[in-house]
Amino acid sequence: MKQFSKIFFCTSLFVFSFSFAVNAQDMTALVQKVKAKLDLVNDYVADGKMKTDVAFIKAPVGKIKLYFKKPNLIKIKRDNGISVLPKGGISVNMSSVIASKDYVALFSGDAVIDGIKTKIVKLLPMNENSEIILTTLYIDEPNLLIKKAVTTTKENGTYEMEFFYGQFANYGLPDKVIFAFNTKDYKMPKGITLEFDDDGKPSEKDKLKNKKGRVEITYSSYIINKGIDDSIFK
Amino acid sequence: MWTLLQIELYKIFRRPRTYIAFVAITALITIVQLGLKVDGKEYAAFVMADLSNTLQIDGKIVNGYFVCYVLLQLLLVHVPLLIALIAADMISGEANMGTLRLMLTKPIGRTQFILAKFFAACIYTILLLIWLAILALFVSMLIFGTDDMFVLKNNYAVQIESADIFWRYAGAFCFACLAMITVAALGFFLSQFAENSIGPIVATMSVIIFFTILSTMSIPIFNLIKPYLFTTHMVAWKEFFDVKVNADNETIRGTIQRPDKLINSSLILLAHIVLFVGASIYVFKKKDVLS
Repeated sequence: MKQFSKIFFCTSLFVFSFSFAVNAQDMTALVQKVKAKLDLVNDYVADGKMKTDVAFIKAPVGKIKLYFKKPNLIKIKRDNGISVLPKGGISVNMSSVIASKDYVALFSGDAVIDGIKTKIVKLLPMNENSEIILTTLYIDEPNLLIKKAVTTTKENGTYEMEFFYGQFANYGLPDKVIFAFNTKDYKMPKGITLEFDDDGKPSEKDKLKNKKGRVEITYSSYIINKGIDDSIFK
Repeated sequence: MWTLLQIELYKIFRRPRTYIAFVAITALITIVQLGLKVDGKEYAAFVMADLSNTLQIDGKIVNGYFVCYVLLQLLLVHVPLLIALIAADMISGEANMGTLRLMLTKPIGRTQFILAKFFAACIYTILLLIWLAILALFVSMLIFGTDDMFVLKNNYAVQIESADIFWRYAGAFCFACLAMITVAALGFFLSQFAENSIGPIVATMSVIIFFTILSTMSIPIFNLIKPYLFTTHMVAWKEFFDVKVNADNETIRGTIQRPDKLINSSLILLAHIVLFVGASIYVFKKKDVLS
């Protein structure tokens, strides 16, 4: 009986490991397919509007131009203005997130995002020095589109990106991207601001302690694969 | 009245002392502009350090509008001292030179005489602020260019679009005029009670320093008297640089967060001007002029 249990345990372990390996391999293939689709785009210039919603920043909605060039060059320029983005160089384009080949892709279940069934894939970087600790992708398998990505970094916390696709879905390019990120406390010394009166009621101050920030970019047009000079990214 | 005003203006601008304020402002602004031109990036990194913990801010942060705001923050605390040099000398200076009695032998009313002197002090104050605006705003715009402006408050930051800034500066300078005329009115009032200029000038400076310290200290007992001190309201020009937001936390162009505060402060400053000038007229009419 004892020997039977041992055999059963070993067999189960083998079967589980095998199925796990198969799943992991499958997900790498899926991620590679998504990457291959994104690889159709060598560069693009996108026009859009950027909305910044961070509790301690009052910012206007601004027109932006986003430049992307393979493998991971990205620049956002605001028309006649200053742009505010989550820190850490997190990409607004998934190409650069999955550009590296040094990761393990693990299947982690299914989820429904905006009524679309997606596969949850966890990307674990092989490189120990990578800034990214873990990326979770929610992939719309039939269309090979990333619907959502949650990235945890060493230095800059966790970012959540949601992608909404429209007319440029064939290229894997979204019409709208929403970033959600954690913010740290903001408090300026009165000696710098030279403002010595109270900044409002306690309830207003509590509102400012909302630790989630959001940046929403809605794209109106893309110019794809027309070539971009590297000097734009400097 | 116009002739009296011209005479008073001639007397003000004939004295070398008048130009001390213009030279001091020019020197201070030039030094700050030079410093920011050389090390502007480091300064921006320093003041934006807290925001940079979370966010990546790209663009021309140290631009003409930002530099002007920094300069106004620094200078509008000290300009009252320069205004006191002239305003507090208006009556006491005449008394010191012994020309006051002589002037009053002319067929003009004392109220007219006092108002002409006060208006002359106001014109000096306004010219000083126009000079400040030319150097701090227009020259900074030329040197540093323009862009959106980041205004850092104690608990939050405001990004104002470049197209929405200029009118705010126009409003801020008009408000600053009101604040500085209040200082001129105080100096002018104190000028009645001395026969040399030093006393009223030092007294005006002392009142401003004393009230400013009370206005800036966050001690509960002082909070009771703060609303009644004109120095508390003199810094309300900054309200022009706070913008209302909608439900989505987007700034609404052309708005001011607390216009009521701005109106309230303007009225309080105006009341101080009326009080000081009224008191000056009352005291001067009753005064036995012996010098």
